[in-house]
Amino acid sequence: MTSSARLWHYLTRYVDNFLLVGLLLLMLVGLLVLYSATDANLSRVSNQLINMLVALAIMWLVANIPLQHIMRLAVPLYMIGLILLIGVALFGEIQNGARRWLNIGVTRIQPSELMKLAVPLMMAWYFDKHEVTLRLRDYAVATLLLILPLLLILRQPDLGTTLLIASSGFYVLFLAGLSWRIIAGLLIVGLGSLPVLWAMLHDYQRRRVMTLFDPTQDPLGAGYHTIQSTIAVGSGGLIGKGWQQGTQTHLDFLPEKSTDFIFAVFSEEFGLVGNAALLLLYLVVIGRGMMITANASTQFTRLVAGSITLTFFTYIFVNIGMVVGILPVVGVPLPLISYGGTSMVTMLLGFGILMSIETHPKLVKT
Amino acid sequence: MRNSSKSGILPGGRSRVLAAVILLGLIGLAGRAAYLQGMHKGFLQQKGESRYSRVVEISAHRGMITDRHGEPLAISTPVESVWASPKDMEITTSQIKKLAEIIGMNSAEIQKKIEGPRRDFVYLKRHLPPEIAARVVELNMPGVFLRREFRRYYPAGELTAHMLGFTDMDDNGQEGVELAWQNDLAGKPGSRRVIRDRKKRIVEDIESIRVPRPGRDMALSIDSKIQHLAYRELKQAVEASKSKAGGIVVLDAQTGEVLALANLPVYNPNNRGNIKSERARNRALTDVFEPGSTLKPFTVAAALETGQISPDTIFQTAPGTLTIGKATIRDSHREGPLTVSQVIQKSSNVGSAKIALSLPSKTLWEILSQSGFGVSTGSGFPGEVTGRLKPHKTWRPIEQATMSYGHGISVSLIQLARAYTLFAAEGELKPVSLLKLDAPATGERVISRATALAVSRMLEMVVRPGGTATRAQISGYRVAGKTGTAHKVEGNGYAKDRYISTFVGYAPASSPRLIIAVMLDEPSAGQYFGGVVAAPVFSKVMDGALRIMSVPHDVPSNNIVSFPAARELGGDV
Repeated sequence: MTSSARLWHYLTRYVDNFLLVGLLLLMLVGLLVLYSATDANLSRVSNQLINMLVALAIMWLVANIPLQHIMRLAVPLYMIGLILLIGVALFGEIQNGARRWLNIGVTRIQPSELMKLAVPLMMAWYFDKHEVTLRLRDYAVATLLLILPLLLILRQPDLGTTLLIASSGFYVLFLAGLSWRIIAGLLIVGLGSLPVLWAMLHDYQRRRVMTLFDPTQDPLGAGYHTIQSTIAVGSGGLIGKGWQQGTQTHLDFLPEKSTDFIFAVFSEEFGLVGNAALLLLYLVVIGRGMMITANASTQFTRLVAGSITLTFFTYIFVNIGMVVGILPVVGVPLPLISYGGTSMVTMLLGFGILMSIETHPKLVKT
Repeated sequence: MRNSSKSGILPGGRSRVLAAVILLGLIGLAGRAAYLQGMHKGFLQQKGESRYSRVVEISAHRGMITDRHGEPLAISTPVESVWASPKDMEITTSQIKKLAEIIGMNSAEIQKKIEGPRRDFVYLKRHLPPEIAARVVELNMPGVFLRREFRRYYPAGELTAHMLGFTDMDDNGQEGVELAWQNDLAGKPGSRRVIRDRKKRIVEDIESIRVPRPGRDMALSIDSKIQHLAYRELKQAVEASKSKAGGIVVLDAQTGEVLALANLPVYNPNNRGNIKSERARNRALTDVFEPGSTLKPFTVAAALETGQISPDTIFQTAPGTLTIGKATIRDSHREGPLTVSQVIQKSSNVGSAKIALSLPSKTLWEILSQSGFGVSTGSGFPGEVTGRLKPHKTWRPIEQATMSYGHGISVSLIQLARAYTLFAAEGELKPVSLLKLDAPATGERVISRATALAVSRMLEMVVRPGGTATRAQISGYRVAGKTGTAHKVEGNGYAKDRYISTFVGYAPASSPRLIIAVMLDEPSAGQYFGGVVAAPVFSKVMDGALRIMSVPHDVPSNNIVSFPAARELGGDV
């Protein structure tokens, strides 16, 4: 082997090429749309490019870590995350009306972001430990592991993150074989507790839900985003107005057009055809994730891979659903396309774990 | 150690459930997007358009009004109006305070306006001078905008107020010429479509839908210099005679154009905050009065036309009274037998009544009607009145008698002035025009040239010694005219000591150029005869106007005969 071939081998050994191509294509789309959404602001685009490169590097690193190491990290990561969340609740900094950040001297961190991976890892670890003697009690314990951080994050308040972590936790429970009967029971209890939850919600959260049903109720306030984004999507038509030609976008009508509402920009400029292509691309990535899940050799890896893949789907569904006006406005970015470094890193870290699961020898548990 | 193959399978067919959920989810999203983009597209696209494109109206420049020589009488100057789109306003209380200070309002007023029911357009302050508008622009407040408008300015002020009328805030004519010719003057506002972003900044002009069409400039028949002179003399006379009101009309005897027209009381059209209707009325066109003796020449003309009476036919006016039924007609001075000419010169009511009673009522009615009484002059002035001339079939003898010297009939000052074109234009009635005419209008023959000249000669005698209006004489010009002093109508009868004093005349009598009618309402400084209070206004204005127009003399300039003892007193009623 030549040295370059060896280097190539060394670089790609633990990388899932199929997944990588899908991710890179999505990121390319992301850069193009961002260029348009920021009115050709090159510094924003290059910033995002750096975010992507950093995230890819992290993904590569994680992909190279064998699963047993990752599994060993599950408990400490979860504990650290929980402590930090308590720290946020006590000493957190308030920004935009929410207490989400913690100043740890050198920098500010958002512990809830860490929990997006730490919670499913922890739950998967727990189920892995009790795999053989799995009883109803274990599901209860796992649920408790999920609910503790959720309550802390909901208090911040951060509805979007709460929903995402809740769903990632639920996927673990579901994949671990939580019985349909209990799921149905939970569903009934959940629906029954909706009024209670409603009472617990903050005013702005309630408004968001209410305006989902009738955005025109508050066209200049909470409904504004939804009305503008549906108009932008609808204006796209079959083949869109063309790259950088979206009027709703470029005339400043669309809010948060480079972050949470970037799909509206894409949709206005590339139309129905573009939407179908983008969703297909996402489907390819999700499909690969499901394949990796199905191939996973241990309870831990299966649960983690499934949870990560399904959470990825949840991001897409919640974000696009919000833009097209069938879900309330919650702060969930469109994975790999919305502007922002944190979510990019979280997302690719997850895919790094998926790659590691797929590419490392399927080890047998000792 | 466990076999990996066993744990590789998801429990209970859950992978199929998951695959179905994911597929359904993505298809759902695609379907919703397709719904928005396909079925709903037209509606949403249009909504999108309406959000970013907006039609802005552009005010049209209102046409200028000038006098007959191009002197500006009404001009539009650009001003800026501040308006707000309350739903787009993002300004703080301190900013509102600043804005209020600049445009001279208080914060509460602004607050009230922007909290009103209209969410997309509300005027904050109209018609600001450009320098103040510039300071509003400097504040750079979202949702606060300027609109270029035009404010009307009348350089001659109250001098031409009644003729011109005025416009309202929105540049629409409210009175006078401004109202009558609104459609010509206003032009058509234009509009353009602009792309606006969310902050309503105009990003791009897409198209000019309609270029504003400026209004047409108009030249009035008014001559500024004569107007100025007429107004000045009228004002002086109204003040000196302590009259309630007054009016003057100057007509071009040959074309019927109104060269000057003024009334008192008047208002300042450049300060239109609070104009009382009593000051706003253009009385010469909109108010009527009983003309009195100024109507006698028409009676005489009618009689001469029949051919049975000549200027030298004698009528007995002694003993100065004439009883018809229960009513008695009186002269103010007793005379004996008078020729027809003398009846005019001395203004004998008894003589006039006798002449009238010698005619069929229809003959008299026809000449009055054809002279323009009881019908509109066709000037087009808003609110112009026709006056009242009863149909001759309903006349009782006493009415026919009083009608002959101008009672029982009501006329406007402009009608009266116009009727005198009969004598000044050799028997033709000229139409009046408030606008400058390119070609002289053709009149309508009412009486023969011979009759017209005969009456004209009688009217010259009025200002000569022995006539009622020696004060109407002008140096260098022959003058013809007639006085009128009528008791004011009050309730069903006549007021004892309140008069309307008039003088109507023209000059130079040899080839008339101007007709001037002067009317004073309730002169109350002692004198009230038309020959005393109205005739001097006539002579001053006529004198000045003829000089302004460089009309050559038709007599040597030592023609004035001072004859204070002469009969200056009108013989009316």
